[in-house]
Amino acid sequence: MSALDAEAVPRLPRGVRLREDPNRGWILLGPERVLKLDAIAAAILSEVDGDRSFSAIVDRLAKRYAAPAPRIAADAGAMLRGLAEKRLLEIEPPESGEGPP
Amino acid sequence: MNAPTPEFRGAPSRPEPPSPTAMLAELTHRCPLSCPYCSNPLELARKNQELSTAEWADVFAQAARLGVLQIHLSGGEPAARADLVEIVDAAVKAGLYTNLITSGVGLTDKRLKALAEIGLDHVQLSIQGPTAAIADAVGGYRGGFEKKMEVARWITDEGLPLTVNAVMHRRNFDRLDDVFTLALRLGARRLEVATVQFHGWAAKNRAALMPTREQVERATAQVAEARKRLKGQLVIDYVPADYYARFPKPCMGGWGRVGLVVTPAGKVMPCHAADSIAGLSFPSVKQQGLAEIWRDAPAFTAYRGTDWMPDPCRSCERREIDWGGCRCQAMAVTGNAAATDPACAKSPHHGALRALAEDATAADPDAAFVPRPNA
Repeated sequence: MSALDAEAVPRLPRGVRLREDPNRGWILLGPERVLKLDAIAAAILSEVDGDRSFSAIVDRLAKRYAAPAPRIAADAGAMLRGLAEKRLLEIEPPESGEGPP
Repeated sequence: MNAPTPEFRGAPSRPEPPSPTAMLAELTHRCPLSCPYCSNPLELARKNQELSTAEWADVFAQAARLGVLQIHLSGGEPAARADLVEIVDAAVKAGLYTNLITSGVGLTDKRLKALAEIGLDHVQLSIQGPTAAIADAVGGYRGGFEKKMEVARWITDEGLPLTVNAVMHRRNFDRLDDVFTLALRLGARRLEVATVQFHGWAAKNRAALMPTREQVERATAQVAEARKRLKGQLVIDYVPADYYARFPKPCMGGWGRVGLVVTPAGKVMPCHAADSIAGLSFPSVKQQGLAEIWRDAPAFTAYRGTDWMPDPCRSCERREIDWGGCRCQAMAVTGNAAATDPACAKSPHHGALRALAEDATAADPDAAFVPRPNA
């Protein structure tokens, strides 16, 4: 699975909430869903604020964890795409318009 | 793991059960519809027995402290409660992910806006079929289908996530493709295709509702195809027909393991049909705290874990996958709630369950329903 477009902006839609539970750690709550997140997934989602682009998220994670950006882009892209397929995440395409595809 | 501080207890020690993640709050048994497979008990609670707003608020706060993450507000029809907005408000304030399970009848645009504003997280809207003719005949409420279409629009206009719940059976299974189309048209994020389960009212209507094996096999293939085709667009959860299955469903994710139910009058049960099991008595939130009930009530410990299991469950490699299946079905078919669910091919009663299904599908497909009263 490939990374997302650099300009794509992921966001948690209404009805999907990230929270830290005292006994269970980080979890993602959605319609009839409770997903327990591992440390990596929690770190990625904590950077998703509905404003930051995918490339900005990758840069921040690369700095925070001193890891190579391409690898983070692959991991984070696959995870976010997986959530989008489950409709637990929305990915806004880059501003439409004159730009080439 | 942050285990709670152990406290001295006189009784022999038992391992702490995990915290439940989900609670079903049946706010009322009153409902304008009369679906023949209603999951409410045969004996419906009356309005004057229902918990008050303040009592529900207290139950929600206790549930959150116990570790419950998601609350499902159901009924009956929860909109039949005049204090629904206050009840949702209390659930949200308790920090719970709040889901409203409704037929839509009794909701207004204004009420839905108020619910969205105070922080309702999700709405699950039932449909009894993909057209007014089928749906209103099954639900026994003329105009119900049109009302639901309107309510679905209000829900999506508010930006709330919508799940469409469709209970499927002999009378509507052949229209499953139309159910997918309708869910998409309504803007649902999620669709539940739930094959009818034969407890309570549905058991009274077994002959009218039992799908044929051909219907079930076709539906299973249609769901698989639709999941692929609609990936990223519509999430489809499917409850298949266990009476034609080889393995039982992991009912409630295991008895007293992940969820609990509070009835309109405040009884606490491991599943909504548990009072069909003779010999269990269910404590009330009016007499006891929720945490204590969850941990210690005999109705919860009776079938928790795997120690209670007889063979073939006890030595089965699937015992912590299926958790023995459904206790209520074991009770209904074998007369013993501790028996292996007869839906399992390893159960000595599996043939009896198959025979029930086959006898039912041999009956008149147009037999009249025994409607659930409106209470």
